[in-house]
Amino acid sequence: MKKSVFLGALTFAGLAAGAAAAGTLEDVQARGKLNCGVTTGLVGFAAPDANGEWNGFDVAVCRAVAAAVLGDPTAVEFIPTTGKTRFTALASGEIDMLARNTTWTFSRDVDLKFDFVGVNYYDGQGFMVPKALGVSSAKDLDGATVCIQTGTTTELNLADFFRANNINYEPVPIETNAEAQQQYLAGACDVYTTDASGLAATRATFENPDEHTLLPEIVSKEPLGPLVRHGDNEWGDVVRWTLNALITAEELGVTSANVGDMASNTTNPEVARLLGTEGNLGEMMGLEADWAKKAIMSEGNYGEIFAKNIGEETPIGLARGLNAQWTDGGLLYSPPFR
Amino acid sequence: MSDTHAESVAFVRETALPPVPPPVAERGIYKWGRENLFATPLNALLTVAAIYVIYLVLAGTLPWILGGVWTTSSLAECREVLDGRSAACFSVLTDRWNQLLFGFKYPPELYWRPLLAFVLMFLAAAPVLFFDLPRKLLFFTGIYPFLAYWLIWGGTIWTPIVALLGFVVGYFVYEKLVHRSFATGFFGGVIAALAVWYVGGLAIPDLARITSGLRLEAVPSRDLGGFMLNMMLGVTCVSLSLPIGIALALGRQSSMPLIKWICVIFIEFIRGVPLITLLFVANVMLAYFFPPGSGVDLFLRVVIMITMFSSAYIAEVIRGGLAALPKGQYEAADSLGLDYPQAMRLIILPQALKISIPGIVNIAVGLFKDTTLVSIISMFDLVGMIRGPILASTDWNGVYWELLGFAALLFFIVCYGISQYSQWLERRLATDHR
Repeated sequence: MKKSVFLGALTFAGLAAGAAAAGTLEDVQARGKLNCGVTTGLVGFAAPDANGEWNGFDVAVCRAVAAAVLGDPTAVEFIPTTGKTRFTALASGEIDMLARNTTWTFSRDVDLKFDFVGVNYYDGQGFMVPKALGVSSAKDLDGATVCIQTGTTTELNLADFFRANNINYEPVPIETNAEAQQQYLAGACDVYTTDASGLAATRATFENPDEHTLLPEIVSKEPLGPLVRHGDNEWGDVVRWTLNALITAEELGVTSANVGDMASNTTNPEVARLLGTEGNLGEMMGLEADWAKKAIMSEGNYGEIFAKNIGEETPIGLARGLNAQWTDGGLLYSPPFR
Repeated sequence: MSDTHAESVAFVRETALPPVPPPVAERGIYKWGRENLFATPLNALLTVAAIYVIYLVLAGTLPWILGGVWTTSSLAECREVLDGRSAACFSVLTDRWNQLLFGFKYPPELYWRPLLAFVLMFLAAAPVLFFDLPRKLLFFTGIYPFLAYWLIWGGTIWTPIVALLGFVVGYFVYEKLVHRSFATGFFGGVIAALAVWYVGGLAIPDLARITSGLRLEAVPSRDLGGFMLNMMLGVTCVSLSLPIGIALALGRQSSMPLIKWICVIFIEFIRGVPLITLLFVANVMLAYFFPPGSGVDLFLRVVIMITMFSSAYIAEVIRGGLAALPKGQYEAADSLGLDYPQAMRLIILPQALKISIPGIVNIAVGLFKDTTLVSIISMFDLVGMIRGPILASTDWNGVYWELLGFAALLFFIVCYGISQYSQWLERRLATDHR
């Protein structure tokens, strides 16, 4: 049943994508607002605050695109989507782009007819243990009881990892993240495993987060990134290069504080091209020359966004890890602005 | 010597003894307790066990509730205040109070509008619910839906006025034509109302421009949320699905095959499909049928789907009521020479609806709770607000009991109120014919 509905949705998606393909960029500019799909709420990635303002790591991408296209980071209509409605919302044209911690997979890219424009967060499945256990590596977990959400890919990844390392474990099946927190804190399991960013966010809610630690092993690949519909490459380029501009800005040391100064006084030709004082990169995309400058001014470069929403200074306290610049041993590697 | 015994008896009592109170074991709380709680050894044992369980529950929850913290601004701060004690962090309720009630996007300076609509709702519902009240109040009930729409969504006042005007004109045309036949009156009324709406719809922009003072700041449906959304969905869908349900129930009994089969297929199809599926269709599938940005409002789509769902169930409940009436009632109506609408209105439905009250209330209560399902299609009702924005904020991630307990309390108050009303109504109408 689920599958047939899904296939039906896909058929419609294909038709609608064809119909709505032409000129998302023009649509957004004519509308004066970017319709950006976000989650209904995920700690650090997207959530409205007490005043109803959306904030978070994914939200910052939406704001940067709005700033680049419309010159105004607040010209965004945030459309909350659930895991079940996100793809249809994008395929039907209800939203222009989706920035909702969505894993880039083959079938979503090819079969669902979406274009992932890049990766803004490299996630992966990790392990959390109480410090009192005295474990420093997942390979020491022989005989451990593991809390795991049933029916997820994390369950399969876990089995693979333990079998590959030839160690034993005892799974404690649980249904939701909330239940996992309770079970883990009550000592029903030694280890809790799910996506590393989720583990960090969960740990942040504990009464004594310092008594728990995340093990260094990451046992799966979960590249999360913004995506757009297939078939509108001009719009895909805008979102892709806005994300790249944020990453490149960090690499080149352009921050929201010094971007104005850099734009006028830089001697680095790539910075000049990025910020539009040299060359015509903006014009090639159909945007203003200072599009990247506005995007960086909205929420800062990639590093600033990371630090503000999920970095080590925040309660979530994620280390950069894989999400460091390639120059620092991470995976962030933007193609050149030339 | 007298032959009376007057002198031979030492004392003759001339007044009755004052009554002595019954023995301690036969009165007051002792008697009640002995008879109800400790009548047999088994009862005594069960009583003691029950009291112990109640004590355990209260000993666990009361300190947690009474020791709750109300004034902090985040979970971390709250835990600092509690300092290891186990107690509730009710500050999430005070911190996010407005979000829980109105959603996170409804403009705070406009909160008075839904509040006013909420208070007026009781005024409008009163004459419908309590038929001892003067019938003239029904006039306000008729106006209320349009007034409430204007208050909650804002915009120009001419939209609700034109909508109301359509109904009024339609009603007068119906009155004028109904003596010929019910069908003439009905379709005449519908056509007149549609004509008014069409002409009025063309005139609204001009009227709005001329009288720009008569408008409230518009609030899009997307910005509605919180318990307000549950109330709006519940009230709208219950009040719409009752008349539709009656029509469906009558249609299902109709002797005209076309009408009968349309009603049967509608009811059976809707009852065979889960509500969640219908909501997904409303949210996801319908988006494909309309061009982007020009579709029907999501709130309206959801109202239509929930109304369809509950009217199918109400139709079946009312059909049960109709079936329970003896055939003699139908024949009596016929023998009086009443036509179909008259017989239904004056004889059959008043009795059938009276029998159906418990079933209808049951569905109304269920429907009200089902409105929380809209959180799955990313509308921020009370549960959606809790599961989404509030639990996902860095301040309040990890507070479960307080928030969900509060939601349960709000729903309990409303549902218990509905059920108490229906019990009063049953007593008032004495449905058991005793």
